[in-house]
Amino acid sequence: MPSFQEIIFKLKAYWAERGCVIQEPYDVEVGAGTMCPETFLRVLGPSPYRVAYVQPSRRPADGRYGDNPNRLFKHSQLQVILKPAPEDVIEQYLGSLEAIGIDLRQHDIKFEEDNWEAPTLGAWGVGWQVMLDGLEVTQFTYFQQCGGIDLDVVPAEITYGLERLTAFLQVKDSVYDIDWTKDFTYGYVRYRDELQYSVYNFEMADIPTLWKLFDLHEGEAGRLLALYDPKSADKKRFPLLPAYDHVLKCSNLFNTLDSRGAISVTERVGMIQRVRKIAVGVAQAWADQQSGAAAEVAR
Amino acid sequence: MSLPFLLEIGTEEIPDWMIPDALENLRLLFEKLAIPHESIAMDATPRRLVLRADGLPVRQADSEERVMGPAKSAPAQAVAGFARKQGVAPEALTIETTPKGEYYSFTRKVAGRQIKDILAETLPGLILQIYFPKTMYWTVKGGPRFIRPIRWIAALLGEEIVPFEIAGVHAGALTSGHRRLGAREIAITTADYEQRLRDHYVILSAEQRREKIRKELAGVAVKADPALLETLVYITEYPTAISGSFDSQFLALPEEVLVTVMRHHQKYFSVEDGHGGLAPRFVAVMNIPSDPEGFVQRGNERVLRARFNDARFFWETDQKKTLAGRIPDLAHVTFQAKLGSYLEKTERMRALANDLGGDDHAVRAAELSKCDLTTELVKEFTELQGVVGGLYARVQGEPEPVWQAIYDQYKPESMEDRIPRNRTGQIVSLADKLDTLRGCFRVGMIPSGSRDPFALRRAAQGVVKILVEGKIELPLLDFLEGNRALIDFFADRVKFYFKDHRGFAYDEVNACMAAGWSNLVGLEERLVRVQNLRTTPDFEPLAASFKRIRNILDQAKFNGGTAIDESLLEAGPEKELYEEYRRIAAQPLEGVISRLRPKVDLFFDKVLVNAPDARVRQNRLTLLQTLLAEFSTIADFSEIVTHS
Repeated sequence: MPSFQEIIFKLKAYWAERGCVIQEPYDVEVGAGTMCPETFLRVLGPSPYRVAYVQPSRRPADGRYGDNPNRLFKHSQLQVILKPAPEDVIEQYLGSLEAIGIDLRQHDIKFEEDNWEAPTLGAWGVGWQVMLDGLEVTQFTYFQQCGGIDLDVVPAEITYGLERLTAFLQVKDSVYDIDWTKDFTYGYVRYRDELQYSVYNFEMADIPTLWKLFDLHEGEAGRLLALYDPKSADKKRFPLLPAYDHVLKCSNLFNTLDSRGAISVTERVGMIQRVRKIAVGVAQAWADQQSGAAAEVAR
Repeated sequence: MSLPFLLEIGTEEIPDWMIPDALENLRLLFEKLAIPHESIAMDATPRRLVLRADGLPVRQADSEERVMGPAKSAPAQAVAGFARKQGVAPEALTIETTPKGEYYSFTRKVAGRQIKDILAETLPGLILQIYFPKTMYWTVKGGPRFIRPIRWIAALLGEEIVPFEIAGVHAGALTSGHRRLGAREIAITTADYEQRLRDHYVILSAEQRREKIRKELAGVAVKADPALLETLVYITEYPTAISGSFDSQFLALPEEVLVTVMRHHQKYFSVEDGHGGLAPRFVAVMNIPSDPEGFVQRGNERVLRARFNDARFFWETDQKKTLAGRIPDLAHVTFQAKLGSYLEKTERMRALANDLGGDDHAVRAAELSKCDLTTELVKEFTELQGVVGGLYARVQGEPEPVWQAIYDQYKPESMEDRIPRNRTGQIVSLADKLDTLRGCFRVGMIPSGSRDPFALRRAAQGVVKILVEGKIELPLLDFLEGNRALIDFFADRVKFYFKDHRGFAYDEVNACMAAGWSNLVGLEERLVRVQNLRTTPDFEPLAASFKRIRNILDQAKFNGGTAIDESLLEAGPEKELYEEYRRIAAQPLEGVISRLRPKVDLFFDKVLVNAPDARVRQNRLTLLQTLLAEFSTIADFSEIVTHS
């Protein structure tokens, strides 16, 4: 029975063999692997790319103080981007499940329509949730638009829910009981963060401080975006990646404020627009910045 | 010689609900090519749309095209020029006699084209023309769009491949089997295609897949669910039903919750226990032929257990806070960006429930109606909104009319659905829908064409259905805030309801609505009366006369006169009509129509409305208008389409 980390190792090896850069998690908190620059910015423009990484993903509102066997404040996604999507991409994906020991001749795999949309990122795609014996184990998406821009080439995004997949393989009813290694369970490793972040996100986060942080990060992202000049000969130097980090900070602060019940109706709509504005701003500037330089960067 | 034709569009998994329409669309597009064929058969699985036809010719029939040339009297030069253009000598031309005179003409033979060539040329465009509600591109920006990527195409006319290409995929003579049990490339002919697929674990025929599932369900007391069955038919290539069980302690949860989890989230059939309740069992349909190790069964049981555990956890957590205690939380739930929070909506609904004549129960139900939006259970199972609120209200001791009203508040969800079961629920549902409609129209969110993101048509249709079928005599127009667009929108819904749903003739609906439609219960009564009246022999002529009266009044630009001056009435038909009117006024038309009609006919026969004396003319117009007004309270009969 493979452990949690063995499953991760195997999946990474599988995708490495298929030409993926194996990245480490992005070092700014995100709500989903899609939001990492390795996906959000890399899908823009015509340059090919293949990458796989595990991304711990924070969803403050999903925290359950470590009490719920299936629901986590922070879960781990294995995110794979294949750009452009190869013709046999689904075969490759099914192969990855076999690589971690699932004999698909004896299990029921179904692809159920599930389109993905992230209004705050101006992004959407079409695809499926992949059901394995009735359990959703993967989200499979063909990106169509990102940052409000129609993509030049269509990437496939494969997002595995690692805890679920492991619970399936290890036949565990609670995510906390899965074996991270043969000596340590998932609960042993992660229970404390689930408890403490739930307490913080739902009870103790200081609302005025979070608001202040949001304003600061938004201000910094906006300041940088205002300085970006598409006509500048030096535009390749321009720090759009750092600007994007501030967008991610805003997104996470928004989610935290939301789980804290601090966002009123009128604010909520405005907040989504504020995050979208800087996210789309970065995406569009990035597309412009990379357009002339694509060949050079690829080298 | 005639040939069989096979077209298989191989794709990645198409959403099940789009497949039947897409197939029908493909068939129509093919028929439009007007290629002769004896029979046609359509089939599909999630990964292939298939068209098979028999008896196609090898070539189109040869045809003749007649080209008209110059007149017989034209100079020889012109005739020679025409012949040259046709590539023949002038002697090959014939003379044709037409109504305009004699002309040279030439009959050209057009050789029929190879059907294979026509198919090769038209199929790429035809395939990409198949309608899907949402399409994607999968190569590069501006590339072809389809529902999901096309991965292979088999196209055979007889033994030969019909050569064409879409998005880099070349049509060939290969199909693809079940994703894991079949081969990826399988050589086929038109004759062995279906069997070859079968050998590779694909049952091509939806009907056979449906029958297979049905047969495997026989003997298990599953809750009949035709829609779910269709989903499963089109989400599998080799369906096999397996049953599983769950811990009977979960039966303590409301059946609504259990069924929703099984049906909507897991696509399982639920099983009845024979006593009106649920058995702790389910039937899943997998996409493989067997489960010898029990992996699939145990996997599904485990998923269901987790789902039920979640539901129970939510159910118990939600109980810690009453619905009433959740009212302030509604301030954080957006109803619609421009229309504020659900707290604001709740306040409006309370007032509206009161204005609609609701009692304390209705106001209470309106107050609690949206509170379930803050519960964990509804956040998880959004399709259970309302139902969950009703269940919680019952557990929390709210009176029966209140919890039932909360439970039913979203009804009717379609024209076939029932309206809320009690008056309290009907009032709350009306308040909810009217508030949404008024708010959206106020801020300009008005449906146009197929764009109706807030489902306002359904909401308005629901209002109409509740008012009529609940026999609620409320002046609907008084609740539309004088908003012209909203009034027109409702007029359309009222027409649709009576015409398309209830089957009244369109002119009856127009006629009755022209006499007012604010009270829909009254409108329904008048419609029934007009429908009955219409079967009497006097009706059509009378309706025609009313139309005539309307025209006369319109032409005279008559705006209503004073009272009828009896002294100005001419003895004979005019006086008789007046006296008849006096006798029957205020009586239902049904009883007097046979007496009224001959008087009206006689009047029009003998009396000149447009009398030279202005006072007499004025008086006659007044008489006609009075008559029209008297009998137009039930309907404006001039709207009735008559055949006379």
